[in-house]
Amino acid sequence: MRNKFAEVLYKISKKNKKIRVVAADISPAGKMAELSKKYPDRFINVGVAESSMISMCAGLAMHGFKPFAYTIASFALFRPFEMVRIDIGYQNLPVVIVGMGAGTVYSTLGGTHITPEDVSVVRCLPNFKVLVPCDSKELASMLIYLCKNNKSPCYLRIGKSGEKDYSDKSNDKWEIGKPRIILDGKKDICLVASGPIIRFYFSIIKELKKKKIFPTIISYHTLKPLNDINNYKFFKKFKSIITLEDISEINGLSQIIKGMCYDHNYRGLLFSFALKDKNIKNYGTQDDLLKDHGITAKNIYNKILSFNKKINSKKTN
Amino acid sequence: MKNINKFTLKQSQLRSYLYRKKILELSQKVGALHIGGSFSSVEILESIYSFLLKKKDKFILSKGHTGILQYVILNHKKIISKKFLHSYCQKNSKLGVHPDYGNPGIEAATGSLGHGLGISAGLAIGKRNMNLFVVISDGELMEGSTWEYALMISSLKINNIYLFIDANGLQSSTFSKDTHPTLTPIVDKFKAFGWHTKSCNGHKVSEILSAVKTKPKNKPLAIVCNTTKGYPIPYMMNVPMWHYRSPNKKEYNEALNYMNKFYK
Repeated sequence: MRNKFAEVLYKISKKNKKIRVVAADISPAGKMAELSKKYPDRFINVGVAESSMISMCAGLAMHGFKPFAYTIASFALFRPFEMVRIDIGYQNLPVVIVGMGAGTVYSTLGGTHITPEDVSVVRCLPNFKVLVPCDSKELASMLIYLCKNNKSPCYLRIGKSGEKDYSDKSNDKWEIGKPRIILDGKKDICLVASGPIIRFYFSIIKELKKKKIFPTIISYHTLKPLNDINNYKFFKKFKSIITLEDISEINGLSQIIKGMCYDHNYRGLLFSFALKDKNIKNYGTQDDLLKDHGITAKNIYNKILSFNKKINSKKTN
Repeated sequence: MKNINKFTLKQSQLRSYLYRKKILELSQKVGALHIGGSFSSVEILESIYSFLLKKKDKFILSKGHTGILQYVILNHKKIISKKFLHSYCQKNSKLGVHPDYGNPGIEAATGSLGHGLGISAGLAIGKRNMNLFVVISDGELMEGSTWEYALMISSLKINNIYLFIDANGLQSSTFSKDTHPTLTPIVDKFKAFGWHTKSCNGHKVSEILSAVKTKPKNKPLAIVCNTTKGYPIPYMMNVPMWHYRSPNKKEYNEALNYMNKFYK
């Protein structure tokens, strides 16, 4: 995803002179290196100084530039949080804070580098958009939108590298605030995910087919702003909803969907896979960390089977 | 401070060799590790652990990305077991890249830069009869928090702090002089903040210890340890890529052969 980020911004920079990438000790690789060479004034490395990165972006935005504050998610948001809150949020400036390697991506680097609670805290800040692309193709659509239309602060939560693309086969175009169908299936089971963790759904799709279960898979990419009524119109047709995220169970996707279902008196089945409210203290692969929070392909598969059974027994009754 | 003579310095050199060798060995079990910055800090940590640190004192590695070096030393000092060391970054291990509070021998969770010196100030002001030994990277001098601590520590007369700055001149992406040409001179900056300040060759234990000896009682001490990232492996030295990378088999053998000659 970080390569895609660089590639798309470089492409846009060729036409849009207002783009500025302000990085905190991220070495420009690939297209970002090209961008910094071709337009040296458009890539600024502030060094290991994240607060400066955020405040500087605020100043650039005041001049009408389109700044992207870019570093590892933990240091893009938590470390300079007051600058994020006041310089960007309170002043309502169109700065995009790009949290790279968010969630549990940096699985061997420990508590200082993983960010289960990034979405939880940033969603509380007025004016902020919160965008979580499911793959690099979706990220590209978001960047085009942000460079063209965005007029307010945004937290863009991205992965790192090696994510698979799923959205390229979708007929549903990306649109801010609108849940996007990535795989169009039946109306019994709706699988919703925010971010590249959507891969878990696709990893079990063949097994589900064997059981004659054809779920619909949704990328819930805009965690703020929410268009609650429209979203509910979209979701109410499904008999069951499962949510999946690499984000804290507090103030993330699961609470958005649960809140919406409660407010509109949703009668279907609902279950959430999210990071529990506890510090992650073990190491290993990303999947090892997620397993500790009950997020495995097997658990998701079993939950789908149990929902399917309940739905079928209701039908026969 | 423990006795420094030709014999103890020779033993110290042997330990530095063993630490680097062990890090190289462990590098073959993980996709990547912070080898460059670990190699630049070896003699600093060796000085602290083998000559300076007393039972009542505490050590904080603020440049937490070089945790692997601390783990290797903790294993050498029998504070953590070999089995625990070898679980580094493995599945379900409690030992990850960065030092984690609660693990044996670790006083604070570090890894986000610019925290360790502030925590040390709290530990040091809370117990004035102990000494705090802190290692930060020169990259951490770019963090605003570091300068808040520097001003606060001298103003509050927290004089039981021994700060070692691993000045290898590189950050993760490039040379510090490229992004921050005014980062140097470091010595003058700490002096201006009211610290007793020295500069030395950070790969010579004898020089580091001599600098420590000059500390007066009424000031905190900051030593600028001039080091080389990746030292002493020629292909690693001052090459930014070696901030976070494991040598391949060929590079591993080359490094080992070079070290055997270097430490002969």
